Amino acid sequence: MDDIQLLANIENYLAGEMSPTEVAVFEALRKKTPEIDQMVVEHKLFQHQIADYAATQNIKHTLHEVHARLLENGDVNEGGELSAKAQVVQLWNRYKRVTAIAASVGGVIALVISGLVAYFSPVVNGNQIQQLSKDIEIIKRNQQYQGSLINEVKSKIPNGVTVISGGSGFLIDAKGFIITNAHVLKGTAAIVVDSKGREYNASIVHIDTKKDLAILKIEDEDFEPLKSLPYSIGKSNADLGDEIFTLGYPRNDIVYGVGYLASKTGFNGDSLSYQIQISANPGNSGGPVLNNNGEVIGVLSTRQAQADGVAFAVKSKNIFECVNEAKDSNTILENIKIPTHSNLKGLQRKQQISKVADCVFNVKAFSKK
Amino acid sequence: MKNIFWSILGYFYPPHSINCSKVKAEQNEQALLKGLANNESKAIETIYKDNFSMVQAFVLNNNGSYDDARDVFQEAIIALYEKAQSESFVLTCQIKTYVYSICRRLWLKKLQQLGRFSNQVDNLDETVPVEEDLEIHEKRNAEFAIMDRAMKSLGEPCKSLLEGYYLKKMGMQELAAEFGYTNADNAKNQKYKCLMRLKKLFFSQYNIGE
Repeated sequence: MDDIQLLANIENYLAGEMSPTEVAVFEALRKKTPEIDQMVVEHKLFQHQIADYAATQNIKHTLHEVHARLLENGDVNEGGELSAKAQVVQLWNRYKRVTAIAASVGGVIALVISGLVAYFSPVVNGNQIQQLSKDIEIIKRNQQYQGSLINEVKSKIPNGVTVISGGSGFLIDAKGFIITNAHVLKGTAAIVVDSKGREYNASIVHIDTKKDLAILKIEDEDFEPLKSLPYSIGKSNADLGDEIFTLGYPRNDIVYGVGYLASKTGFNGDSLSYQIQISANPGNSGGPVLNNNGEVIGVLSTRQAQADGVAFAVKSKNIFECVNEAKDSNTILENIKIPTHSNLKGLQRKQQISKVADCVFNVKAFSKK
Repeated sequence: MKNIFWSILGYFYPPHSINCSKVKAEQNEQALLKGLANNESKAIETIYKDNFSMVQAFVLNNNGSYDDARDVFQEAIIALYEKAQSESFVLTCQIKTYVYSICRRLWLKKLQQLGRFSNQVDNLDETVPVEEDLEIHEKRNAEFAIMDRAMKSLGEPCKSLLEGYYLKKMGMQELAAEFGYTNADNAKNQKYKCLMRLKKLFFSQYNIGE
């Protein structure tokens, strides 16, 4: 109780709320008792502290209020209304230093690794590239060679008396009408050789350079007309993926080849021909392209020089058109009868081949003086 | 043509009005500081509006968040407030410059403590030396923290009673009514008891701090 009274007195004294007589009594007490004097000084300091505390506390309070008010009025923008973009910007600002360091470390590592790779592997790499380029060189040379061979066939213009261009051809009528490619017949006359090596004279009946087709007629006493042809000539379009085979004379003996129908159009979208996948060589031109049913679907005519096994065949329905056009100007063709029924259906390939081979001829063209 | 040119310049920068506006601005600033010293919310609001976005931009551009910006700015205003309260106070520069200098100092220090990086792009900005002021401010901060701790460990109803008396400046009669004492004398008695406990708590920390 005394302590409280004392504290009350000190407060009153410091606040100047004492009457002059009380002040005199209290100051006398202070002088007499050092403890009380000390308490007065201490309390003065404490009062100052608590006043400062109160003031700071109050200004903080005001600041919070002002901040909240300004935020509400929109004078101040803050985190709560952060748009996603601002957040990204803020994150970027905060971490751009770290990001930059990480990026440079990554860059340095990448450089070191690529440097090491470059340092340790140049010899091996160089060899591989060289070998490869050699291979390419070889392929290039081969292609040039093959290209020149094709050109040779295509450009066999007779400059002497008996220069021969050649290819294959097959019967479209048992009486001795042969169809072949127009580019096979560079000369003015031709002989045909059958698979057994017998030669017959033939005359050029019709040439259609647009369709790249030509019709020959065997005019030889040795020739014995066949009763009928084993295969038929197809009128409709073949289907993609049809298995096909061909017979022809890339050399003096007959050669069999097999493949499939790759596209319904030919080179550069030529709608007169098919693209077929088959191994074809110069000399195969004019040979028949047959499907499994023994139906001729086309006349093998050209191949793509830059690609392996890519060849083109003139569609078989062009044969009919060609013959019909030729009929107008050639009375010889009036009695021609193109076979539309195949006897090869269901036969084994070997039998099919042996029957077809009799009708495929090696065509050799030359110029008569 | 030349006349027009000069007249345009003259319109924007009339030579005699520079001093006028300067004087006027100074008077304005003095009034604001006086308002701040008296804890007038209107003056504080004006200072807030004029300076906050600048500080916010600075903090955000230097690896800080919105909360960081607010804390730094408010601390700077408190430092300015403490300075404005002393009678010998003279502000030798604009409020803006002073606030910016304090905030800059405070924030760079904080960054250092946090171990974050700062790109210090704003090195060329106008600043004034504030180290002394900040030392005083930090001392007061420490004292504030001691008192705050003492207050908080005081417990109720002492804490509210003393807060009512010292912070809200309520009279004994009001306090008696608020806290349900039968009369002002009883409330006063209780206040003294609380005050003694607070003093004890405060000085136990304060003397160690000294």
